Amino acid sequence: MSAAPKRNATPTSRRRFLQDAARAAGACAVAGMALGKLATDARALPAQAIRPPGALPEEDFLAACIRCGLCVRDCPYDTLKLAELGIEGPATGTPYFTARDIPCEMCDDIPCVVACPTGALDHGLTNIDDADMGLAVLIDEEHCLNALGLRCDVCYRVCPVIDKAITLERRHNERSGAHAIFMPIVHSDHCTGCGKCEKSCVLPGEAAIKVLPRRVAMAEAADHYKLGWEDRNPMVDDIIDLPDRLPGPGTDNLAAPGGYLPDGMPDPSMDGGFTPSFELPGTGGAGQ
Amino acid sequence: MSEKTALPVGQEAIRDKGWWMAHRFLILRRVAQAFFLGLFLLGPWFGIWWVKGNLAGSLTFDVLPLTDPFVLVQGLVAQHWPEMTAIIGALIVGVVYALIGGRVYCSWVCPINPVTDAAHWLHDRLGLAKGWQPKRGTRYWVLGMVLVVSALTGTIAWEFVNPISMLHRGLIFGMGFAWTFVLAVFLFDLVVSRRGWCGHLCPVGAFYGLLGHGSILRVSAVKRSECDDCMDCFAVCPEMHVITPALRGADEDTPIILSPDCSNCGRCVDVCAPDVFKFTTRFDTTPAPARAVRRNKQRQPEASRAA
Repeated sequence: MSAAPKRNATPTSRRRFLQDAARAAGACAVAGMALGKLATDARALPAQAIRPPGALPEEDFLAACIRCGLCVRDCPYDTLKLAELGIEGPATGTPYFTARDIPCEMCDDIPCVVACPTGALDHGLTNIDDADMGLAVLIDEEHCLNALGLRCDVCYRVCPVIDKAITLERRHNERSGAHAIFMPIVHSDHCTGCGKCEKSCVLPGEAAIKVLPRRVAMAEAADHYKLGWEDRNPMVDDIIDLPDRLPGPGTDNLAAPGGYLPDGMPDPSMDGGFTPSFELPGTGGAGQ
Repeated sequence: MSEKTALPVGQEAIRDKGWWMAHRFLILRRVAQAFFLGLFLLGPWFGIWWVKGNLAGSLTFDVLPLTDPFVLVQGLVAQHWPEMTAIIGALIVGVVYALIGGRVYCSWVCPINPVTDAAHWLHDRLGLAKGWQPKRGTRYWVLGMVLVVSALTGTIAWEFVNPISMLHRGLIFGMGFAWTFVLAVFLFDLVVSRRGWCGHLCPVGAFYGLLGHGSILRVSAVKRSECDDCMDCFAVCPEMHVITPALRGADEDTPIILSPDCSNCGRCVDVCAPDVFKFTTRFDTTPAPARAVRRNKQRQPEASRAA
């Protein structure tokens, strides 16, 4: 038994071992970089591929989803599919749906989430109205029939969160001058991204209203922005005393524009000078 | 070496034991592979939903969750703590394979096994050279690489390329171009490296091998004294290095094949005419005297003809 370590300790075998280890490590580094490239590329989720309800953010999703397809099996409407290799979609084997083909029917019991064994679909989602699969966006106002002044209203009618996620906002029809436009407006705080509107849009081919991932569809207000009509609290605590604008000699008045005193007025005969065409009462003959 | 080595592999066993006894574990293995795949296909093909999901994760009879522990481990190093369902499923699978041999998965369940076996069959028929033979530890390097990439990218990294899931999920959920991965493995084993994928590279096999390191169920060369050096076991064994210590061991060496690389496929049991091998447990202490000393023969290149 003592022979083995002695044999391993010879310089040749040690060099051999180090060489083999270096070779294996190098090969693994190359293969690992290729695999890492695949893994990071897979994050580029196409905008039209919508994840099931409760799906974790994409960067967490690929660590959690084991691609078992149990959510697909328990979807009663065959909405969900597993992505197939080489066919445009998300990472191979992960679940998604295409709203224009089959939208999410927003089951009350959310069977896909219940079926997920790993929590890639967050089990904390128990009310489907809280789902956030994406956000519907009226993306083509040039072709939307309602935007043209017709009464299509289909997206509004099919919305499971009708009058909250999509409302019709009445506007004046400038083209006819005599009619109204009932503009579909999506409200991000209620839209679940189910895609029923996109599915039912009557236009042939692409829909005028589409569900997009929120990361694509939404902008973000800067931290310091404040909507004064929603939040009455002033930005600063102290009262700011702005100067009053009053007629008469002072910082800003018609008798002495720019605060010039009457005797300092530019000469009217010179270029850039002027003579006021009126006189204000009680200002002592301003403007001469 | 005896002139029997000239006979086609398994001929002697068929003659002495009959065709069935010389093929039973091979047939049983194919039946098991078809059975496990069939269970998953009952739903999508015939609407009988006994088993839902695939090898990565499944639910049987709506109560038994099963999860691939290797996939789960990758998820863990990618820093996702799974729901209890997946953990229970992985524990069940892990315990079972830890008892019956981790690489039982490879030879009795994995759908890629028939593919690489077919590649090996054709490889032999064409008489091709064995090609590139990576070091035995290579699969563990690949396993480590997969875990590192999983941790660095925060993804279950091997599932982007795993030919097992590509084939299995492809058959059950839709193939897309996943067949290209299967074809790549077939061609790799056929022309690049004999027994290359399952035998040297696949990190799934490496993981299951480690899992079954102390497994109970083992093959033992218990009647090694009757070995007649026909070399058929070496010819059929996909991991032939596991045989040597047991079969060629001295009296005090155990006849039990303890290497975690052994996939308990039982093919050696099939092809051995003198029935040297049998399935037993690792605790089996049946005395197994070594073969009569044949020093001169042992020095000969033992695996030269072996596949």
